[in-house]
Amino acid sequence: MAMPHFEHHQPANLEEALDILTRHGADAKLMGGGTDLGLKMRAGLLSPRHLVSLARVAGLNRISYRDDDGLVIGGSTRISEVAAHPEVRQHYPALAQACSQMATPQVRNMGTVAGNLANAAPSADTAAPLLAYRASVVLVERGGRRQVKLTDFFKGPGLTDLEPGEILEAIRVPAPPNRCGSAYQRLSERSRVDIAAVGVAGFVALDLAGVIIGARLALGAVAPTPVRCPEAEALLEGQAPTPEVLRRASVACVRASRPIDDVRASANYRRSMVQVLSQRVLEQCLAMAKGEPIPQF
Amino acid sequence: MAKQNIDLKVNGFTYRVAVEPWRSLAEVLREELGLTGTKVGCNQGDCGACTVLLNGRAVSSCLTLAVEAHQREITTIEGLAASPDQLHPIQQAFIDHGAVQCGFCTAGMILSAKALLDQNPDPSEEEIRQGIAGNLCRCTGYTKIVEAISAAAQTLRGAKEER
Repeated sequence: MAMPHFEHHQPANLEEALDILTRHGADAKLMGGGTDLGLKMRAGLLSPRHLVSLARVAGLNRISYRDDDGLVIGGSTRISEVAAHPEVRQHYPALAQACSQMATPQVRNMGTVAGNLANAAPSADTAAPLLAYRASVVLVERGGRRQVKLTDFFKGPGLTDLEPGEILEAIRVPAPPNRCGSAYQRLSERSRVDIAAVGVAGFVALDLAGVIIGARLALGAVAPTPVRCPEAEALLEGQAPTPEVLRRASVACVRASRPIDDVRASANYRRSMVQVLSQRVLEQCLAMAKGEPIPQF
Repeated sequence: MAKQNIDLKVNGFTYRVAVEPWRSLAEVLREELGLTGTKVGCNQGDCGACTVLLNGRAVSSCLTLAVEAHQREITTIEGLAASPDQLHPIQQAFIDHGAVQCGFCTAGMILSAKALLDQNPDPSEEEIRQGIAGNLCRCTGYTKIVEAISAAAQTLRGAKEER
């Protein structure tokens, strides 16, 4: 199907972008890399009259990390830039894994992490790790800014808390504590290139005695939105990480999922794989938290 | 909705073209500039036939709006050879190793290989396979393609050492 016709805007700064958005209201659509939006437009699912590209907005393409403040990913930062960033790889390996494994090199060079979140596919690969790291998104409109926890951002398949007139300016991720580990694993039928049928991200922090003092698990592609697993997290916290504790937490992750049958996998298969991947992710997190070498990816 | 004037910097030349904002970079390269080496396969960012380098990075030109490429450096397959009678080492390796079958994926495959080798001059087989993960060869000639990229990497490393 042919691309619908539209007017294209490439604002140079945030004020200009917000002005254009406000002026055109529901007729305008924001574009990051265009890898999701372009396809939806060609398929006839969307036909905005105004496309507002974030690619040239000053200050929006950035990655910064500080030990006291954590990570900031700008609203136009490409997936491949996050995947390659040394401090992301060091402090947020689950996010680096997701950003190196999802889609294709071409799509990772075009697509943005903010766009992956705003597109709100239940299978969005960056969502599960960012949920496990307790990320927030900074939404800016002409009147000001608000910060929304990622757990509150996703409202349904393709639906988010982002209002018309708002731009996802940045993603903020708290700094990791000492003795922590994190990992992301995804499964798809053909290869990494395929959309994930199941994705699991985990984060575990240990105290000096090796007891779990913080645990977070997040699932992709097995519910209407990417989801956290509070029951599993509660089972882990305060416990020594024995195989039985990990097994019970993995089973609890299955209860947090609400998968459907679709072309990529059956609901039953997804449930089985949530348990398997959760267990593996937890084992990786623990190995990392204990200071064992981080696997290359 | 009028055409926009944009400057496309392709293979070292700057072209001033007037394009409708909804046209893809692949369309404009092929239809306005006559650079038909860039192929369009799936036209939805899956097959990689339309891969070009934008500021040195491999992108799908079918999903890139031409207006977004304004004043950015674009490399297509036509811009790889140093001169008309001297192919780029990656192109030569594809010929030498029988890595071209029907040829439709070749331009995109070679540009993905170029982007990979620019970043990683000595890739493992697994890294080569990941580097071309976004390029489909429906003749399924991947073994020869991987061999060709590996050989080209060696040639390019040798050329660098000689200098």
